[in-house]
Amino acid sequence: MKDYEQYFRSNRLPHIWCPGCGNGIIMKSIAKAIAKLDMDQDKTVIVSGIGCSSRASGYMDFDTLHTAHGRAIPFATGVKLANPELKVIVITGDGDCTAIGGNHFIHGARRNVDLTVVLFNNNIYGMTGGQASPLTPTTKKATTAPYGTVDRPFDPCQLAQAAGATFVARGTAFHAAQLPDLIAKGIQNNGFSLIEAITPCPISYGRQNKLGDSSAMLKWMGEHGVPKVAYEKLSAEERTEKFPLGVLYESQFGEYSAEYAHVIERAEGGQK
Amino acid sequence: MTQAKLMQGNEACAQGALAAGVRFFGGYPITPSTEIAEQMARELPKVGGTFIQMEDEIASMAVILGASLGGKKVLTATSGPGFSLKQELIGYAAIAEIPAVIANVQRVGPSTGQPTSPAQGDVMQARWGTHGDHPMIALSPWTVREAFDVAVKAVNYSERFRTPVIILLDEVVGHMREKVVLPEQNEIEIYPRRKPTKSRAEGYQPFTPEDDLVPNPADFGTGYRIHVSGLVHDDTGFPTGSPKVTEECIKRLHEKIDRVKDEITHYDEFFMDDAEVAVVTYGGTARTAYAAVEAARAKGQKVGMVRLMTIWPFADKVIQKVAAKTKAILVPEMNYGQLVREIERAAAGQAKVVSLPKYNTEIFTPAEIGGAIDQLVSEVAK
Repeated sequence: MKDYEQYFRSNRLPHIWCPGCGNGIIMKSIAKAIAKLDMDQDKTVIVSGIGCSSRASGYMDFDTLHTAHGRAIPFATGVKLANPELKVIVITGDGDCTAIGGNHFIHGARRNVDLTVVLFNNNIYGMTGGQASPLTPTTKKATTAPYGTVDRPFDPCQLAQAAGATFVARGTAFHAAQLPDLIAKGIQNNGFSLIEAITPCPISYGRQNKLGDSSAMLKWMGEHGVPKVAYEKLSAEERTEKFPLGVLYESQFGEYSAEYAHVIERAEGGQK
Repeated sequence: MTQAKLMQGNEACAQGALAAGVRFFGGYPITPSTEIAEQMARELPKVGGTFIQMEDEIASMAVILGASLGGKKVLTATSGPGFSLKQELIGYAAIAEIPAVIANVQRVGPSTGQPTSPAQGDVMQARWGTHGDHPMIALSPWTVREAFDVAVKAVNYSERFRTPVIILLDEVVGHMREKVVLPEQNEIEIYPRRKPTKSRAEGYQPFTPEDDLVPNPADFGTGYRIHVSGLVHDDTGFPTGSPKVTEECIKRLHEKIDRVKDEITHYDEFFMDDAEVAVVTYGGTARTAYAAVEAARAKGQKVGMVRLMTIWPFADKVIQKVAAKTKAILVPEMNYGQLVREIERAAAGQAKVVSLPKYNTEIFTPAEIGGAIDQLVSEVAK
């Protein structure tokens, strides 16, 4: 296996993330997945949206694209369809992906373009300063929900599955040893893959909700994340605050650029 | 020579883009632009290109920018409401220097307005729709054949200057059918995608400008491993908070277009030699204006016409010359009065500038413009 460090732009480090942030663990997991699969560094593109998570693209030594708020998936769709030989990884955050980019998220899953979306879920708008996101749990506090949120959060994995994603997995920064493998499986899936990676934000989320420091938040993930097989054996009561981890869903469906290649064949041959 | 065909303006626009090498279209249906998308859906796969219908207008703009970075020449098409939604990413294309062409077949607005009724209400939106400071190129055809030519120019300019270019159609030209003879493919001048002139080892940086002030960011997948961002960036493509770099970045974006302003200002003059009154016009309105000016000449009135194809950058010098040699300028537009403000500014008091706006879903009649000409002719005679 290659050393994952070759995939970083060392002259762009150190990163801008706060002390205790889990984003580095997830970024390293992506690099490890790429190393594990021995991917062609010149044929891999990383596309990100806006926010803390999306700064990761700048630290990674590939063709990288830091787009606009919520738009990483449609930008990535264009990159992939323009040149289907490229492997495209999307880095996004919970607010970026499921709020401003929510519509693109479900339609990306529906189309099944070969994109690997790594959703850095820190349950909050971090870079903007701690406002509620669609993945902030109900009753948790945010600067725009000082008395606790009323909104119900999405389950992005169920959302992706329902919308047509062909690979869905969840990991956490605590389960750092497993995360690269989940991401690698997502990259290997020839279609739209979502890997939700739960990550601690002790500064913008943890502090408002008195969740302790980063290590306490990681510990919480370790105690509440349960492998899928074990999770399915739990009673409804036992599932309270617990969440399943690992590969949650896999299916087969034609990949968009491959299917469109058939459209080109038919059109070039004069058929409809 | 190709055969004469009965063709619609929107169709000619799509054909021009294809002829100029567009191989990717992303769009969202909106009248009166849909025939452009429909044409691209049919024609692109025949030449190995890709059409994708996106979930919304913003995604349509995002997908073409991604595809452009992936190495394809790209087009999207929309109308006023969709054009507004695309604006943030039009700005992204401007600062990240991504070639992209946006056809806006205008309709009456604001908001949903009067769908599919003719208007020229997006003249200022084309220039100032997105946030911040950036230059803009917008071209407006007045015939079906010219919709083809303008599309070719738009694609070439977007590639040459690595900037978004607007094709500012109106419903009159977009939906009109005319007999056209298109040029042979080998008669069409095509500006190729810019390529890096240095290797990484030679110190290549994606946003270092060449002599024409335009940089050569490499297409993705070609081994340069570049970083593209909508943040203000230096030559490396990476963001910086430096006031100096910010100033240089924004200044260069403007200057790369400013310095070619005359070259890309296209216009026609009719009966201008001895004109005392000029009609300055563009797009579908120019067709009616031409009939009115011809009729005025038949009556012996000293009236000429200037038809602008290039709307942005604005044709200051052209208008200055017109203002210097005429007494009055009439500006008919299918809006409440938009380009007239630029004409008034450029004329700088040398000639009287009169707005003739129309915004009731109907196109001008020659009699309406003729009436306004009569009035101006009698005023300047006093």
